[in-house]
Amino acid sequence: MAKHHVTATVNGDVVEFLCETRQSLLDVLRDELNLTGTKEGCGTGDCGACSVTIDGRLMCSCLVLGVEAEGKAIQTIEGMAAGKDLHPLQRQFLEHAALQCGICTPGILIAARSLLERNPDPTEDEVRYWLAGNLCRCTGYHKIVDAVLDAAREMRRP
Amino acid sequence: MSEMRYEAPTTLAAAVALLAGANGRASVLAGGTDLLIRMRAGSVEPGLLIDIKGIPEMTSIVAENGGYRFGAAVPCMELLEHEAFAKAWPGVIDGVKLIGSIQVKGRATVGGNLCNASPAADSVPPLIAAGAVAGIVGPDGRRESPVENIVTGPGKTALARGEIVTSFLLPRRPPHAGDAYLRFTPRTEMDIAVVGVGVNLTLDDSGVCRQARVCLGAVAERALLVPEAAAALIGTRVDAAALKRLAAAASAACRPIDDKRGTKEFRIKVAGVMARRAAEMALARARRKN
Repeated sequence: MAKHHVTATVNGDVVEFLCETRQSLLDVLRDELNLTGTKEGCGTGDCGACSVTIDGRLMCSCLVLGVEAEGKAIQTIEGMAAGKDLHPLQRQFLEHAALQCGICTPGILIAARSLLERNPDPTEDEVRYWLAGNLCRCTGYHKIVDAVLDAAREMRRP
Repeated sequence: MSEMRYEAPTTLAAAVALLAGANGRASVLAGGTDLLIRMRAGSVEPGLLIDIKGIPEMTSIVAENGGYRFGAAVPCMELLEHEAFAKAWPGVIDGVKLIGSIQVKGRATVGGNLCNASPAADSVPPLIAAGAVAGIVGPDGRRESPVENIVTGPGKTALARGEIVTSFLLPRRPPHAGDAYLRFTPRTEMDIAVVGVGVNLTLDDSGVCRQARVCLGAVAERALLVPEAAAALIGTRVDAAALKRLAAAASAACRPIDDKRGTKEFRIKVAGVMARRAAEMALARARRKN
């Protein structure tokens, strides 16, 4: 079967990969590009574990085909820390112990960063609605919401 | 598994030609939030995917004749972020806002929501209430159709083979017009409508309702435009008596199923309640606008 040759930008680096039509972007990230930070939860767009941004837009990578990534700029969890310096969201998640098993965490961090880029000072309600598409079966969400609000506070400081 | 081709045409003519040449084995890919799941579940096995997101007229929002035309493949998030559109048609925005998570709305499109033909689609009742007209292109050229004539039943549309919904035209709004969409779900996010109601109304300068359209979702095999419910509002000040008649007409129009999300009796009763509340919201919005 002829594979598609796709060129995209992932976390600022130009990458090329081959994929079949039916392969999702999630499959490509994990299996072709070895970027396994993006997790597969449900595979049906309900849980948000596979959240990435594509051209700045938050999406479930399980609901995007790899071939659709042609020419697009993709951001995954691997691009979040600057070298050894964690992003404020990552630091606050550790500070608040806002994760237990960790499967939902990369997707929640990507989704939360996307919120704070649009709204640097969200209310608790706004955080909860924005993250409604990210399921966590461990924490009960309180610590996650607190961590996002604290990260927002930290990032607003001049 | 057989080979699946992928094409991303950049013109409508090319998309129509691809669809016509595929002998019924092609699927149109917009946001993919329904299609990719069905492909993975094995319930559809297209030989060709036609990604229509590279076609400019399907992905743009433009002013037209004092109203708006938006492409059927505009992602929901883009529509929500279009401030002028959102101000003109807050009821359509109410519906679009309820489609899945932020992630899903980043991909999902109103064209897909319509053509997926779920009776519970949240953007469809407010579009029908708004009097939206769908632009359609196919092997025989272009045509237009009121949105209420497109879905015929669960998963079924009146589109002929090879036809694609390209855009939605929302008419120019007169002064004192307002619309709203409300749905009942057990929880506020990430759920599917048990009942949905879109109401669009226009008042005259003295506050009397002169035009109204009411559309019910999830209470029949497709979204229902209910002229009897609209008639309960027209000629009134949308007072308590009119709202009571509206609720009764909305409930009377329902022909719902029993399922795990709601019983028939519940849906019929709640359709009246949601119709009243949606009309009150639309009225408040109409009064705010001049």
